[in-house]
Amino acid sequence: MGIATSVLRSRTLAALTSPHGVDRYLELVNPMWAAHEVRARVVDVHREVDVPGHPPVATITLQPTSTWRGHRAGQHVQVGVEVDGARRTTRVFTISSPDSRPGDRFTITLRANPDGVVSRHLVEQARPGTTVHLSQAQGEFVLPDAVPERILLVSGGSGITPVMSMLRSLQRRTHRGHVTFLHYAQSPEHQIFATELDEIRRSGHGIDVRLLHPELGDPALSPAYLERLVPGYRDVPTWACGPAPLIEAVQRCYDDSPALRLEYFKPPRAAGSDAAEGDVVFSRSGASGANTGDTLLDQAEALGLQPESGCRMGICFSCVSRKSEGTVRNVLTGEQSSLPDEDIRICVSAPVGDCTVDL
Amino acid sequence: MTTTLNAPSTTPDDPTGAPAGTATTPGRLTPEQLETFGEEMDAIRQRVLADLGEADAAYIRNVVKAQRAFEVAGRALFYLPPTWPLAVASLSVSKILDNMEIGHNVMHGQYDWMGDPGLNSRMYEWDNVCPSEQWKNSHNYIHHTYTNILGKDRDIGYGVLRMDEDQPWHPYYLGNPLYAFLLMVFFEWGVAMHDLEVENLVAGKRKVSENKALHAGIMRKVRRQAVKDYLLFPALTGPLFPLTFAGNATANLVRNVWAFNIIFCGHFPAGVATFSQEECEDESRGQWYFRQLLGSANITGGKLFHLMTGNLSHQIEHHLFPDLPARRYPEIAEEVQEICERYELPYNTGPLGKQLFSVARKICRLALPGRPSAAADTAPVPEAAEAA
Repeated sequence: MGIATSVLRSRTLAALTSPHGVDRYLELVNPMWAAHEVRARVVDVHREVDVPGHPPVATITLQPTSTWRGHRAGQHVQVGVEVDGARRTTRVFTISSPDSRPGDRFTITLRANPDGVVSRHLVEQARPGTTVHLSQAQGEFVLPDAVPERILLVSGGSGITPVMSMLRSLQRRTHRGHVTFLHYAQSPEHQIFATELDEIRRSGHGIDVRLLHPELGDPALSPAYLERLVPGYRDVPTWACGPAPLIEAVQRCYDDSPALRLEYFKPPRAAGSDAAEGDVVFSRSGASGANTGDTLLDQAEALGLQPESGCRMGICFSCVSRKSEGTVRNVLTGEQSSLPDEDIRICVSAPVGDCTVDL
Repeated sequence: MTTTLNAPSTTPDDPTGAPAGTATTPGRLTPEQLETFGEEMDAIRQRVLADLGEADAAYIRNVVKAQRAFEVAGRALFYLPPTWPLAVASLSVSKILDNMEIGHNVMHGQYDWMGDPGLNSRMYEWDNVCPSEQWKNSHNYIHHTYTNILGKDRDIGYGVLRMDEDQPWHPYYLGNPLYAFLLMVFFEWGVAMHDLEVENLVAGKRKVSENKALHAGIMRKVRRQAVKDYLLFPALTGPLFPLTFAGNATANLVRNVWAFNIIFCGHFPAGVATFSQEECEDESRGQWYFRQLLGSANITGGKLFHLMTGNLSHQIEHHLFPDLPARRYPEIAEEVQEICERYELPYNTGPLGKQLFSVARKICRLALPGRPSAAADTAPVPEAAEAA
């Protein structure tokens, strides 16, 4: 494998396959062959919970190409799927399996969000053999190499995945310290990884597993409760992941303690009916302003930026930029689009409500 | 002053009463007609955009597969000296597909909606010495925005040829046919030099310093293309080095000649209109479509022919809808022709031989001073309409 990989990544082969690159040839022979890109084959799709009336949650096992550099517990990965073989859509998912090494299998655990093209496709359509596109693992929400003696993991809902990856890694590393694992779910039926967590709870080994269901009367997160559970918790290294309300509660409990590390996904803010509301943020330059309803190119220029542009009528594609958040309306067609991380032509796109563009 | 296509023979009853060639709204549509004309074009665009899907993705992926197969086959066949002509043919087909149906169209953003980095306008690099980044500026932006506007569209004559009566004659243009021949042979190099605006450098309108930023990109691309075709692949065939070298050069030449001819047939046959800058000020959307229609010409042919031209045989449809997948142009062409008939607008098309002859005649005629007679310039238009 080592020799094959170095040949595939050699400068000579790159020169011979210029301008397209080695991967553009390899993928035609076998989608699992790659010199630089990362792809994966779905090996298994396992339903974790399937509460009637609620979107199902599944764990997908992925066998990545040898180009996968591995991940550290807590990191996430971008997964791209081709729906109906045509449009590739990419979303970010946290990895639920323990630390992986180059080329290792890993799992992602996700809820089939009713509006989520990718999560629904993966949970409901993906079968063993399906090929998906991956990024390398990303994110700073990770355990340090030397794990402190005492740590606290807090999660809510599907935010359990990164901390579950940490917990599994700690077990594999035979961590000898004391871990408190606190998780909030709607009900026991909604509990992801229930069996495994139950085994961990019973087998002990210094791991205190608390599965809480505030809707059924369990205590909500509060300084008093945390203090009772983990005395002096504000100084205990803590990793927390979950929906915004939980994260806000955690932040209130910790003030500005440097012991707290957070990860959460902001739900997209729905656009109002009037186009000219909200704020426009150009993330790379740091410029921002109130949305005037003009095209993004005009608004960027009004803020003193000079984005690359050409025809200003949507035909030349010089001004294509990445919109990371928000909804835009195509001023030529009236079509609206709210996909995160989408390439748009800023000369014919006007923001509807809040919008963030990488410029 | 510019000769527009509303030449007397096609517009005897010009309702605007404007004489041909004055800086007024080109053509003979009233502002209201222009608006509905634009709306009809927008409607076609919307309908096709809404319909894009798996079939379009499968099509371009199949073309990519075919191109890669021809390339691999071509490179491999050089190891068998008797199959040299076959190797050259295979590699030529690969380079033509790469540049035309794939590269040109992908770089227009026609397949950006697929979300595939391998078919994305921002990332695609083609098998050509011109860096895609620079080509996208000179072609997608300058040429497609200012199509056939004299003084703005640098594709008129590519800075070396006299391709329009309104380019003032100079003794230099006596060499027009020779320059055209050289441009054909070295077309990819001409395209790579296009952005440097050498003619403006010579005329003192552009400073060498303005080109500095472009040099590095061109040199990098030239080096990669040259190392691959003229060093590495020939060296890999060992004692057959000279044969492989010659074969690769021939394939590049074949691609150059083919691309040059298809592209020149798209804009320079008789009957294609050019426009003055004054005519195009404050242009409406309808007028923009109108200019694209009058500034382009098609070539008739079969499916394989259209594929090998990158569907630039449908130059008219490509100029109206540069970002729609090219495989849609044949179906769009039927609607565009129907619209042209209703608005009594010319639709310039004809077989390759006829369009080539017309272009060659123009190149030779414009080598000499003087304006051609209006009849000679516009006569082919009615024929062309019949041919359609």
